[in-house]
Amino acid sequence: MTYRQATHDVPTVFESRERPLQDENFDGTVGGLLPEELVRKELDIPDLPERDVVKHFVNLSQMNFGVDNGIYPLGSCTMKYNPKVCDEVVSWPTVADIHPLQDQSTVQGALRLMYELERLLAEIGGVDAVTLQPAAGAQGEYTGIQIVRAFHESNGEERKEVVLPDTAHGTNPASAAMVGYDVLDLPSKDGCVDIEALKAAVSEDTAAFMLTNPNTLGIFEKDVREMAGIIHDAGALLYYDGANLNAIMGKTSPGKMDFDIVHFNLHKTFATPHGGGGPGSGPVGVKRPLEGFLPVPRILKRGEVYSLDYDCPKSIGKVRAFYGNYAVLVRAYAYIRMMGGNGLASASENAVLNSNYLKELLKGDFELPFSDLRKHEFVLSGRPLKAKGLRTMDFAKRLLDYGFHAPTVYFPLVVDEAIMIEPTETETKETLDDFAEACKAILKEDPEVLRTAPHNTARRRINEAKAARDMILSWREYKKKAANQTSA
Amino acid sequence: MALSECSLEMLQRLGIKSVDELFRDVPKEIRIDGLKIADGLSELELKREMAAMMAINIAASDMPSFLGAGVYNHFIPSAVKAIASRSEFVTSYTPYQPEISQGMLQALFEYQSFMAELLAIDVVNSSMYDASNSLGEAILMSHRITGGKRFLLSRAISPEKKAVARTYAKGADIELDEVGYDPVSGQVDLGDLKAKLVPEVSGFYFETPNYFGPLETRAAEIRGILGTKTMVVGVNPMALALVRPPGEFGADIIIGDGQVFGVPMDFGGPMIGIFGCKTEHVRKMPGRLIGLTVDSEGKPAFCMTLQTREQNIRRSKATSNICTNEALLGVVVAAYLSVVGRSGLRRIASRNIENMDLLAKRISRVSGFVAPHFKSAHFNEFVVTSKADPAEIHSHLLSNGVHGGHILKHEFPELGNAALYATTEMHTKADHDKLIEALEGIR
Repeated sequence: MTYRQATHDVPTVFESRERPLQDENFDGTVGGLLPEELVRKELDIPDLPERDVVKHFVNLSQMNFGVDNGIYPLGSCTMKYNPKVCDEVVSWPTVADIHPLQDQSTVQGALRLMYELERLLAEIGGVDAVTLQPAAGAQGEYTGIQIVRAFHESNGEERKEVVLPDTAHGTNPASAAMVGYDVLDLPSKDGCVDIEALKAAVSEDTAAFMLTNPNTLGIFEKDVREMAGIIHDAGALLYYDGANLNAIMGKTSPGKMDFDIVHFNLHKTFATPHGGGGPGSGPVGVKRPLEGFLPVPRILKRGEVYSLDYDCPKSIGKVRAFYGNYAVLVRAYAYIRMMGGNGLASASENAVLNSNYLKELLKGDFELPFSDLRKHEFVLSGRPLKAKGLRTMDFAKRLLDYGFHAPTVYFPLVVDEAIMIEPTETETKETLDDFAEACKAILKEDPEVLRTAPHNTARRRINEAKAARDMILSWREYKKKAANQTSA
Repeated sequence: MALSECSLEMLQRLGIKSVDELFRDVPKEIRIDGLKIADGLSELELKREMAAMMAINIAASDMPSFLGAGVYNHFIPSAVKAIASRSEFVTSYTPYQPEISQGMLQALFEYQSFMAELLAIDVVNSSMYDASNSLGEAILMSHRITGGKRFLLSRAISPEKKAVARTYAKGADIELDEVGYDPVSGQVDLGDLKAKLVPEVSGFYFETPNYFGPLETRAAEIRGILGTKTMVVGVNPMALALVRPPGEFGADIIIGDGQVFGVPMDFGGPMIGIFGCKTEHVRKMPGRLIGLTVDSEGKPAFCMTLQTREQNIRRSKATSNICTNEALLGVVVAAYLSVVGRSGLRRIASRNIENMDLLAKRISRVSGFVAPHFKSAHFNEFVVTSKADPAEIHSHLLSNGVHGGHILKHEFPELGNAALYATTEMHTKADHDKLIEALEGIR
C-alpha cells in the first residue's frame, strides 16, 4: 500500500493575521447614500493577498478525494467519471453569461438545449413530458409527489398515504411527508417488494407507491408490472426514484415498467460532477395524463422558435425560481449527445458487468444476502467482522488508507452492517481487481489497524460525537465560545 | 456491445456468455430494444455543434443588461474560477467519510462562517438550492418553531419566490397571507402588518433590500411588532458589507442567495440558497451543517454534524428532504469572499450603491421617467416608472442593443408603467450612456 493523502496544516481564513488596519477614512454612508442608522460597524473578514488565498484553497483541495483521484464506489450515488468537455462548455460566455429574465428572443440557444434535453430524457425514461426545474433528486421527488397530490385533488380525492419499501432512500419518505402524506413502510421479502404485503397495504387511501428499480440492494424487481397493476387498480400512482437508472438505460425504462412519474438524477446517471454535495439536478418525467400538472414554465417549440409557457392552470406551480440548474442541464445534454443512444446502453451494460464482477470477487469474503444477479450495485454484509470485534465502519475507514473511497455503509437498513458498492461503468477491470485485493488484504490485517484506521488520510478517525456536542458551526461561534471560556 | 478482452474475462469469471445474460432478470415484456437517440458525437463534433447552438444567445458581455430581480451580473475574479475548478472539489461526493474529505469540509465551514459573519447570526447551513427554496423551508421551519398554520409574506418580494413559497406552504397545509408595502417608501407597511398578525400566524417574511430595491429601515420596529413570532428576513448578502445585518435586529431566520459572490448568472441556476438561524432553533433547521471537532490525535478537524435532523437518518420525520445541495458553490462563495477580502467587498458594495444612484438620477432627467420610484435608500436595484408602456420601452432598447430592466406591470399592476432596473460594478459609464441615449430616443 503506497497511498498517502496530502496533509497540510491549514488554519481557517479567519485566523489569518493579515487584517486591514481600522479604516477610519472609510465612508460607511457612501457619500450620504446610506442613512446613519443603517451603517454597519463591525465586519470581521480578513484581507488576504490573492497568493495566500490560492495557496489556502489548493492545499485544502489536496485534502479532498474526488472521482478524479480514484474509485468512489458509493452505492446509490453513481460516482462515475465526469468528462471534462462538459465543464468546458459551461464556461463559455454564451452559456454562462445569460440572465433568466432576458427577452426570449435573446436566449433561443438555451431554450432549445433545454427543450431537446427534455426530449432526450423522455426517451430514456419512457415518459411523455419532462420538467427540468427541480434542483436535485429530492426536489424531483418533492415535485413528483406534489403532482400526485394535485392529480388526486383534481379527481376530488383526498388520499392520505404514500407507500414505500423499507429499502427506499431516506429522501423518499421525507419528500412524501413534506407534501403532507403519511408514510407507510413496506417490509421487504427476499430483498424485494413483498407482493402480498403490498396488496394488503394498498387501499383507497393510497396516493402513490414509490419505488426504485433496481432497488437499493441492486436487485431488479421482476414483478414490477404486477405491482403497477395493484397500484393502478387502487387508483394510486406509481413513482420511480431515478437514483438507480444507471443500471437499465436502453434495456428497459420506467415508462415501460408502467411507472407514471419518474425523476432523473443528472449528477448520477448523466455524469455531471457532484461538487462535494451539489449542485445536482432532478428533472421529472410523467406520462401524458399528468403533463398538465408539471411546474411552470413549460418550454414550447413552435416552428423553430422556443418559448416559455406559464399558462398551465392545473400546474403545481413552481418548486424553484426560474428553470432549474441550467449549468448542470448543459453538462448532462453534452454527455448524452457525446454518448449517443448506443453509448448510454453500453454504459448501463458495463455498470452492471462491473458490479457483478466485483460482487463475484468479494462474495466469498463477506456475506452476500440474497443470490443471483445484481444490477449496477450490490450490498454485502460486514457481519463476519463482528467476530473480531470490528464493524463495517472500521473496514470502510481502512479502505481509505489504500486510496479507495469507501462504499456507502449501514444502508440499506434491511442488511445488517451493510456495505453498499456501486463501481460504475467508468472503472476498469484492473481497478476493480485492485479494489477487491485491498478488501481481502484488509480482512487479514490486525484488527487493531482497522479499529484505529484511517492512518494515511489528512486526518485520523474523526470525533463526530464531539462535533455534535460542541456545536461549533462557524468561526463566529468559535470566537464566542473561546471568549466565554477565557472569561470563565 | 463490442467486448474488450477485459470484459470477456469478467464475463467468464461470472460464468456468463454474453452481456445480454446480465439482464436476464428483466422480464421480456418490459424490455426495450435500445434508445432512439442519435449516435454519439466526438468531442470535437460536440463542441462545434454546441458552439453553434449557443452562439444565438446574447450574453451580458455583448449587450449591456439592466436585469436583476434575484440574479445579478457581478465580476468574478480569475482566482475564484481557478479554485472552483479544482477537480478534487468538483468531483467529490457529499463528505460522508470526513477523514478523506477535510478540504471540502473546511471550505464549507468557512462558507458557513463567512455567512454567519455577514448576516450576524449564529448558525448558517452549508446551503439550500436557492433563495426561493430557502424561503419555502423557512416557512415550514417557522411553523415548527411556533406552531402556527398561517404565515405572512411581504408583498414586495419576487413573484418567483412567492410561487415557490405557495408550493411549499400547500404541502404543509399552511395558509399564506400578504403584507403590503408603503406606497412612498416601498418598505413594509407596519399598519398592515399589525392588522394581519392574527394569533395563528407563525411568522413574517420581508426583505432588505426588497424586490423593488429599498432597504428596510424599521427592522427593529418589525421585531417589536412580531413579539414571539418568527422574524424571517431575506437579504442580498453583498449589501451587508455596508448595511447593518438583520441578525443585529434579532431575526430568527435569515435567508438569501449567494449567487452574487462569484457564481455566474447561468440562466438562473445553479444558485446557492443561504439559510441561517439563531442557535436556539438549530435542531429545527433544514440542511447540512459542518462542525468543528478533532481527530483521534487531537488535531482540529471538520465533519457533518447534527445529522439526526436529516432524511438519511430521520426519514419521514426529518426537518427537510434535502440531500444534494449546492456545496461546490459554497466553496465558490468562500473563495470569492477570501479573494476580495473585507476592503474589496466594501469597495464593490459601495460601487454598486454609487452606480445605482448615478443611473437613477440620469434616468430621472430623461423626460417621461422617474427613478427611483420609491423614496428610500437602495442598494443596486430600483423601480423606474415611465409615461410610456414599459413593453414598448423594452422593445426599443433591445433594438438599440440594450436590455432594459424587468417589466413589473403585470406582477404589480398598482405600480403602473414600472420596470425594475439593476446596475452593478460591471456597468461602465459607456453602458449607462448607451441606456440613457436609447431612453432619450423614445418618442
